[in-house]
Amino acid sequence: MSKTKTLSKTGRDHLITYGMVIIIYIVVEILLHAGLINNQMQGLLVPVCYYSVCAVALNLCVGILGELSLGHAGFMCVGAFASAIWSYQMQSTSMPAGLRFFIAFLIGIAAAMIIGVIIGIPVLRLNGDYLAIVTLAFGEIIKNLNSALFLGIDSKGIHLSLKSAIYLNLEDGVDPIVNGAQGIAGTPRDANFTIAVIVLLISLFIVQNLIDSRDGRAIMAIRDNRIAAEATGINVTKYKMLAFVISAGIAGAAGVLYSHNISTLVSQSQYFGYNVSILILVYVVLGGIGNMRGSVIATAILYILPELLRGLNKYRMFVYSIVLIVMMLLNWAPAAVMFRKKLFARFRKNEGTAEGGRKNGTA
Amino acid sequence: MNFLNYLISGISLGAVYAIIALGYTMVYGIANMLNFAHGDFIMVGSYIIYVLVSNQGMNPIAALLISIVCCAGIGVLTEKVAYKPLRNAKSRLAVLITAIGVSYFLENGALLIFGSNTKAFPSIVNWSGVTLFGGQVKIQGTTIVTILASVIILVVLQWFVHKTKEGQAMLAVAENYGTATLMGVNVNHTISITFLIGSGLAAIAGALMCSAYPSLTPYTGAMPGIKAFVAAVLGGIGSIPGAMIGGILLGVIENLSKAYISSQLSDAIVFSILIIVLLVKPTGILGKKVQVKV
Repeated sequence: MSKTKTLSKTGRDHLITYGMVIIIYIVVEILLHAGLINNQMQGLLVPVCYYSVCAVALNLCVGILGELSLGHAGFMCVGAFASAIWSYQMQSTSMPAGLRFFIAFLIGIAAAMIIGVIIGIPVLRLNGDYLAIVTLAFGEIIKNLNSALFLGIDSKGIHLSLKSAIYLNLEDGVDPIVNGAQGIAGTPRDANFTIAVIVLLISLFIVQNLIDSRDGRAIMAIRDNRIAAEATGINVTKYKMLAFVISAGIAGAAGVLYSHNISTLVSQSQYFGYNVSILILVYVVLGGIGNMRGSVIATAILYILPELLRGLNKYRMFVYSIVLIVMMLLNWAPAAVMFRKKLFARFRKNEGTAEGGRKNGTA
Repeated sequence: MNFLNYLISGISLGAVYAIIALGYTMVYGIANMLNFAHGDFIMVGSYIIYVLVSNQGMNPIAALLISIVCCAGIGVLTEKVAYKPLRNAKSRLAVLITAIGVSYFLENGALLIFGSNTKAFPSIVNWSGVTLFGGQVKIQGTTIVTILASVIILVVLQWFVHKTKEGQAMLAVAENYGTATLMGVNVNHTISITFLIGSGLAAIAGALMCSAYPSLTPYTGAMPGIKAFVAAVLGGIGSIPGAMIGGILLGVIENLSKAYISSQLSDAIVFSILIIVLLVKPTGILGKKVQVKV
């Protein structure tokens, strides 16, 4: 009896999440058609979506798997570059844009997942903060390699170099696609708000279904106590790898959206460095570790907040940092939590300790 | 002889990383938190010296002392205001994110006060250095001072931690927070002292680093901070000699790969070394292996 009740409860919870995204989408579309959103805000719509997707991916890694990753921007970078190379190469052919973009997604996700496996094999043997610093290191390596990468395709096949375009030995008249620090210029801008929202919904669907599945419970068991999970016969390496690679793949999808939303893709630290990974981690922690809906909401609010603070001009990032510190103190300090509980207890004496559950996943 | 030049400047860079890493590793070992704002204390300390020397015309050594005191004060204050309330939070990530907030706060505060243009940092070392092998190897004064400073700091810290009562308290807190409290160690006081020392060291590191590479922006401290953290992990986090070894190793590898392989890929090489070391020895070069009991 209790089982069916909890199932329907989580089911309802998921529907609320999807519903929230769809309602926000409809409202934004209406506002767009009514011309009530200025250009600056319009430019933020797709970025909010891809950072939300990346936050959901990171939340799978941090909240459900319980391993702190500081390198998710690296997976975004892989997805972005792999898909951009494909789209750049294919835009001169007669392939329809929709199909081209769909295959770009498959390529970006596959590339990020392959890198996820390569990184996961060494990384998942470590634990705690060592794992965090190694993911940070991998993220930086990916960013650095990408900014030194030269790649061109001619009739003989793919040419790669880490030194300069001359070493590619391309045939006459063929320009390199990836031009080192200058990156890829002239990718088709296939992404739009609708596609971005669909990608967000699909990634939410994948992650939430994973959490509710047998595999998801195994992953959370490892998070809560690795030794106990191992003792009950759970294959720790397999499930850790599963969660990590899925997380990498979703971050790769965010990267595909990223690269198809801009025309020049460069691998610089302000786009793919460790500070971007940290920014996404901020969204995840403020949204609630292990809470996917929270990640989406926090990303939307925190990404748009600096824009809303634009009136404060040069003080805006300064104010943002203070808001961040104060929010963290109010949300997480045991003293503040106690105070909040006391306050709520007055309002709803009967509900008791309804809060808790999955939200309180440790990391 | 070129190799020797690169090696010596690598050791000097490594010594700066080592001084930063010492602060990182102490804070990590005792407060059990990744202080992402640590790198920004370097920047704050350097700006203090810049203002005192360039604008007020003060003696560089006096300016350095003031900078150390100010940084140590800011470090302790930060801990009290931003980190202490979160010490017993449900997730350790909470204090990590707050540290990121502090880092943004310091960077953007400096941006507001000093603007984003690069400032020319006045060197605190007025010594042109020595020339060896008939002019083939030239060692800058800053280089020698940096290496000497790091060695002195290492020796003093080792003495402080192992021979004084405060140092013993630090070891106790690092070993077990709860037991140390029960044994009558004043944990708040000990953590404050740790931040005091760590932030003071960051000020010294900032002065030495900016004397060698005299360009100062609000983001000067961020990347050396991360590198120093990598150095601390490489040497075995929580270990003072480990931080020193890790720092020097990192600096030498970075400089040599910049000189002989590729300046663009030097960071990638540095980070690959970290990964390789951790794969062979998961707790770093001098790290202790902690048995997890069920």
